[in-house]
Amino acid sequence: MATSTSNGTTGAQRWKEMSKPEVGDWRVKGGLAQMLKGGVIMDVVTPDQAKVAEDAGAVSVMALERVPSDIRRDGGVARMSDPDLISGIINAVSIPVMAKARIGHFVEAQILEALGVDYCDESEVLTPADNEYHIDKWQYKMPYVCGARNIGEALRRIGEGAAMIRTKGEAGTGDIVHAVTHARQIQADIRTIQNMPTEELMSASRDFQAPYELVVEVHRTGKLPVVNFAAGGIATPADAALLMQIGVEGVFVGSGIFKSSNPAKMADAIVRATTHYNDPDMLAEISQGLGDAMPGIEANKVPETEQLQTRGW
Amino acid sequence: MLRKIGIDAIEVRKVQQLSEIDGLIIPGGESTTIVKLLTRFEFVDHLRERVNCGMALWGTCAGMIVIARELADPYPIPLNLIDISVARNYFGRQVDSFEAELHIEGINGDPMRAVFIRAPIVQTVGEGVKQIASTDDGQAVAVKKGRVLATSFHPELTGDTRLHTLFLKLAKEAQEDPRQNSSTAVNPSSI
Repeated sequence: MATSTSNGTTGAQRWKEMSKPEVGDWRVKGGLAQMLKGGVIMDVVTPDQAKVAEDAGAVSVMALERVPSDIRRDGGVARMSDPDLISGIINAVSIPVMAKARIGHFVEAQILEALGVDYCDESEVLTPADNEYHIDKWQYKMPYVCGARNIGEALRRIGEGAAMIRTKGEAGTGDIVHAVTHARQIQADIRTIQNMPTEELMSASRDFQAPYELVVEVHRTGKLPVVNFAAGGIATPADAALLMQIGVEGVFVGSGIFKSSNPAKMADAIVRATTHYNDPDMLAEISQGLGDAMPGIEANKVPETEQLQTRGW
Repeated sequence: MLRKIGIDAIEVRKVQQLSEIDGLIIPGGESTTIVKLLTRFEFVDHLRERVNCGMALWGTCAGMIVIARELADPYPIPLNLIDISVARNYFGRQVDSFEAELHIEGINGDPMRAVFIRAPIVQTVGEGVKQIASTDDGQAVAVKKGRVLATSFHPELTGDTRLHTLFLKLAKEAQEDPRQNSSTAVNPSSI
């Protein structure tokens, strides 16, 4: 049977076969993320917002209770979105619907899967439900996306079953600086692992706190075993294009759309900028006449206790 | 995949690039997004003209939806480049996505492993459109007419290059003999 690559099974597949039960399928889960590449995934709170996102050409929408900048402003416990709203969003659009569950809250995840959600974001933007453990993501047919700031975090999440990775950035600030830092850090870590002689990989696995099999795979392929998007602070078409030029495969936009002065226009422009991220003339044209971007907060001035990115273990 | 079989493939982002190629693959993705961007960046007419002039064309999954004549949904409006009607997300949502073994006409050897992700299905085929692979209950998941090919599944997600090789043959034909596309199902008035 001619299934896997000519090199045989990938490290990620072997890792799964070695350690995890046969639920869902790795290629089917990761495959959907492959189909989203080059696209924009937008945070939405209501079915109406989901329609705006779909009409603008979003490849998927992310359902959540409040957009990150409201969570940041209002505080309190941020939870999975109301199932009524999620069902409403699923019925309103034909593109895939993602939804956020709290870190470690596997029952919220079970509910999302039962609702028919296409992708679960086990997200640091919501208040964590477990101070030590993430969800065992292999137990679901529904695929997962998780945030990461470096290769260790990314490979731990993939080891737990995540089929897609995004940078964490600092959600709800409208400040791109941490998304850039995290995207660059992951790439730098990949280059480090790729250039190591093989005898150093076990120690790298220890130092990065990452599964050995997956470190070996990164060494062999020079990339993450799953699709890698950027998230956290993207507020303009130029922000999206910046991350794409740095080398991510697509972007999540949270508060940046519906906290701007003209969401439909901003959404449309960010989609176009993500397609033509390498074309300055096009980007100049796209960036005109959009009204105000979301009001921002300088992310470097957010005290560590209020940072979202430090959640996750 | 194309580079694996020795092809100098390019990513088409601008409409002018359509003139430089002998074959175009419209890949998986979101069909609403693809149609929107094709329209917004003014690809539609030029693409139609190129296909009429014999360029090889292959739509996989969302790409199949984009090139169909008609959809079961009111939206998006497909490009009508092959005479088939298609139902989107026929097999259900992501949690219903699956893999299957498929026999495909024109592909020798073992069956192909096909990955279906929120996949569409071909409901009816027009005259001259050949059904080259089917589900167990006989519904078409791969069709071909002239140099236009459409598949519900994602051959690019496995390492199997046999369908790509078949498409390469169509593109080579297009290069050697441009004006020979039997994809004449195109009827602009129905768009």
